[in-house]
Amino acid sequence: METTICAIATALGVGAISIIRISGPQAISVVNSFFMGKDLTKVKSHTINYGHFIDENKKVIDEVLISVMKAPRTFTKEDVVEINCHGGIAVTNKILEILLSSGCELAQPGEFTKRAYLNGRIDLVEAEAISDMIYSQTEAARALAIGQITGGLSANINYIRNQLSDILANIEVNIDYPEYNDIPVITTEKIRNQLKAIKVELNQLLTDSQNGRLIREGITITLIGKPNVGKSSLLNALIQKEKAIVTDVAGTTRDLVEASIVLSGIKINFIDTAGIRKTKDKIEQIGIEKSLKAIKEADMIILILNNNEKIEAEDQDLLNLIKQKNKIIFINKSDLEKKIELSRAEGEYIFGNTIKDNGLNALKQKIIDTFNLGQINQQDPNYVSNIRQISLIKLALKSINNCLTEINDNLPIDMLTIEIKNAFDLLGEVIGKTYTEELLDKLFSKFCVGK
Amino acid sequence: MKSKDYEVIVVGAGHAGCEAAYACAKKGHKTALITLNINNIADMPCNPSIGGTAKGIIVREIDALGGIMGKAADQAHFQIKMLNISKGPAVRSLRAQMDKIVYPQKILNMLNELPTLDLIEGEVIDLIIKDKIVCGIKLSDNQQIKAKIVILTTGTYLKSSILVGDQKTPGGPHGEKTASALSNNLNRYGHSIIRLKTGTPPRIKKDSIDFSSLIIEEGDQKHYTFSHDSKPYYDISNQQKCYLLYTTEKTHQIIKDNLDKSSMYGGFVEGVGPRYCPSIEDKIVRFSTKERHQLFLEPESLFYDEWYLQGFSTSMPTDVQELMVHSLPGLEKAKITKYAYAIEYDAIDPLQIKPSLESKVLANLYTAGQINGTSGYEEAAAQGLVAGINAALSLEAREPIIIKRNQGYIGVLIDDLVTKGTKEPYRMLTSRAEFRLILRHDNADLRLREIGYQVGLISEEQYQVLINKKNHIDSLINHLKTTNLSTTSETKKLFKINKIEYPSRGTTLYQLLKRPDISINFINQFSNLDESENILEVVEVLIKYEGYIKKADKEIEKLLKLEAKQIPADIDYNKIKSIATEACQKLNKIRPETIAQASRISGINPADIAVLAIYLRKEYGKDE
Repeated sequence: METTICAIATALGVGAISIIRISGPQAISVVNSFFMGKDLTKVKSHTINYGHFIDENKKVIDEVLISVMKAPRTFTKEDVVEINCHGGIAVTNKILEILLSSGCELAQPGEFTKRAYLNGRIDLVEAEAISDMIYSQTEAARALAIGQITGGLSANINYIRNQLSDILANIEVNIDYPEYNDIPVITTEKIRNQLKAIKVELNQLLTDSQNGRLIREGITITLIGKPNVGKSSLLNALIQKEKAIVTDVAGTTRDLVEASIVLSGIKINFIDTAGIRKTKDKIEQIGIEKSLKAIKEADMIILILNNNEKIEAEDQDLLNLIKQKNKIIFINKSDLEKKIELSRAEGEYIFGNTIKDNGLNALKQKIIDTFNLGQINQQDPNYVSNIRQISLIKLALKSINNCLTEINDNLPIDMLTIEIKNAFDLLGEVIGKTYTEELLDKLFSKFCVGK
Repeated sequence: MKSKDYEVIVVGAGHAGCEAAYACAKKGHKTALITLNINNIADMPCNPSIGGTAKGIIVREIDALGGIMGKAADQAHFQIKMLNISKGPAVRSLRAQMDKIVYPQKILNMLNELPTLDLIEGEVIDLIIKDKIVCGIKLSDNQQIKAKIVILTTGTYLKSSILVGDQKTPGGPHGEKTASALSNNLNRYGHSIIRLKTGTPPRIKKDSIDFSSLIIEEGDQKHYTFSHDSKPYYDISNQQKCYLLYTTEKTHQIIKDNLDKSSMYGGFVEGVGPRYCPSIEDKIVRFSTKERHQLFLEPESLFYDEWYLQGFSTSMPTDVQELMVHSLPGLEKAKITKYAYAIEYDAIDPLQIKPSLESKVLANLYTAGQINGTSGYEEAAAQGLVAGINAALSLEAREPIIIKRNQGYIGVLIDDLVTKGTKEPYRMLTSRAEFRLILRHDNADLRLREIGYQVGLISEEQYQVLINKKNHIDSLINHLKTTNLSTTSETKKLFKINKIEYPSRGTTLYQLLKRPDISINFINQFSNLDESENILEVVEVLIKYEGYIKKADKEIEKLLKLEAKQIPADIDYNKIKSIATEACQKLNKIRPETIAQASRISGINPADIAVLAIYLRKEYGKDE
């Protein structure tokens, strides 16, 4: 870890100021050699210094403010320098170029965070939270990530772990000091009650985690319907009203994403699909498979039907396909003559008209109601929001449930400790307190190290 | 005095020293066992029992490896119990009341059978060292004895002081002199010295005790042995009784009134005492709301009339001890034959010991027992045996044995010591083992006898018994898997009598045994299994808890994967810039041999381990 890394820390091309961050043993000396102003190697730590950034020919590139933060009290626990320059692409890139040609390396995505983690500055939850924050696209997701950085989740998990360790300690003293009959005897009844309380708390974390995921990742809604039924018009109508967010994740499997809006602070991703029908055309087949996948993965489906037509076999197929899904049926073209006949049993539907924007507010309200978006407390930073954490908590909950079953089966108390200990360790893993090889593997897969 | 050279010298003839000397001499190496007083060999200066939770399993493990504690204990006890029967198979453990006269005799008999072992009386004051390699010892009479390997098992005798009230007298148990020169010299050679404290309760003359008001504690009405090779020697119905009693309000008042007179609270003690074995004044101060504390009266021997007042260890002056003892029910007129005392002594920092128990400071020096910071006869004997075996293996140019945490409590004990160090005398507890379901009383031989055989302490004959046992276990499991529950009316009747539900559809005995309400003994009632009790016990645990054992095996696999990640001995931790300073200091001091060991060091967090693992991958190309 002896290299010095640098990267542009702000979004390119936006804002009046750009920040370039440099971290590593050479950070201060490299920047100093291109700085006209105070000698940065001699300034105090955590100071901001005014001056000019110059190139190798002493030509001034920009007027800059330079923050010097010396190890170890920095984000990465290494020497860190931040150059605040004027935010044009040309200037920022020029400064970066100079740094790269002077021995600094371009930071990999997440590498500052990686160093902070590896240098013991932050725990794994915090590292994950920071990476979440970098990729968060709504204010709520950012608040959630910040909350985790300050350790709210860790405190919650620690509290539950403490309760588990109390139960364990109580069992152990009974096992290790059997000759002392004046130690409070731990009964399975006592353990049962304590575990039940812990179960409630873990369940609460998981319920909340659903919200955490919504805040972090948003809600994915897939639009389906026959060709020309008005999917794209609906989408356009939805995003016209709200400020659409241009997504940056094109070219991946998610190339179906059309647009996102923010409802009650939560990002809603709409995915438009190709029509689904039986076909022998290979290319169309691929499109249909993608659509089927999008349906499967969606949090909700909006099926669009035509008010002016009777339900056809194709519509019926779609209805069958989404029987088990969270869905809204949007019946478009309400201005035309009603020919559709639909039983209420198919689900709730909303009549509307994309041309006159009819029914759109009802549709949005329906989305908000379905996911209880009004209820999500976006300020509560303790939601568990990533898959790794959620799956570990689920496993811990499973252990607690197993233990409760064992109590019913009258298993001896030394056997009960196995599941309790397991739950304790799993929760430790959530907050990075237990070292396992998987954790390391995860680390290696997440942060490109060890070539 | 014999004066010749030896292959191994063992200094101190307590429980560690006897096992160490026995292992070396049994393997044919010329061994000298040097003690301050030849009459105190294998002495039990504190409680008159061997075993207890986890400790009883250690004794089984010592026996599985070929040590002698279990065999001697089987011949020397007058009461035995299996603890924790209701709390599950993993934590059952034997505890037996020893006759303090008989036990040392039995050990001595076994030592005397070894032609390559000499017993020598004398005080060792220094080591002979050449280029950081130990090659003998110096006695206080200036005699030098050379040896290729020295094993120190000095117990509490290193610079020991006896404390009673404000009286502090240099000396060891039994009024023996203390070995202070050796402690200073060890320090001079580079060993860090830690100061520890322990204590022992008063002894009471038997005929001054009024037993009528005390609660009787009997032995189990069933035969047990520590050793895998012994048959029970004792008559179940002729076991001695122990007694249970409680402290009174008056006792507590006396202690509170005189607290400043005790060595501990008067500020006369430097050593750190064990939390798990506190003095009575400690208990009363720390648990002030507790109305009474439990005590036991246990006979020490059939050959003299002193009783041990377990739970009443104290460092009060003798006049206060008189008042305290007389405040106890049944002891109003008790005569104290020996006063309680606290003892403080030097130990070396166990972080300076390798997992083989060889010193990191001086080559060919091994240490075992209280000198390594432990407490307890069993913990001492276990280390003595391992040190003895590894000394012998080293003489034979063979690799040392290192028992892993999943193989035995002995492995947990040594790994904890050399990885985590200790600040108080270390006692084994079942909760220190992460795989205690695997480390059971009933399978100690299955876990360790193979190692004992390879080392050369287990005979061919004993080994065949083990193989035979394994075969019986396999065939019984197979029998249970392939035999269906009989549908005869007698069998059904047995179910009914025992109020056990008869299964509604056909099942194998194997499936039946998995039911929580079915024991193998119950099955044995209607389907004659024709196996020894031990085999039935092992098989019952293996089948009933199969799922848990499999889970533990998976965890063990993970551990072994980490254990396999060796850290090169020449690694320079200072080069790993991104490791936390505290972690770096600890790694430098302890120099763990594997990533697994490193991850158990306290104060080293997962991030440090990750950094270390990354560094190893990069620097040493240890990619799997």
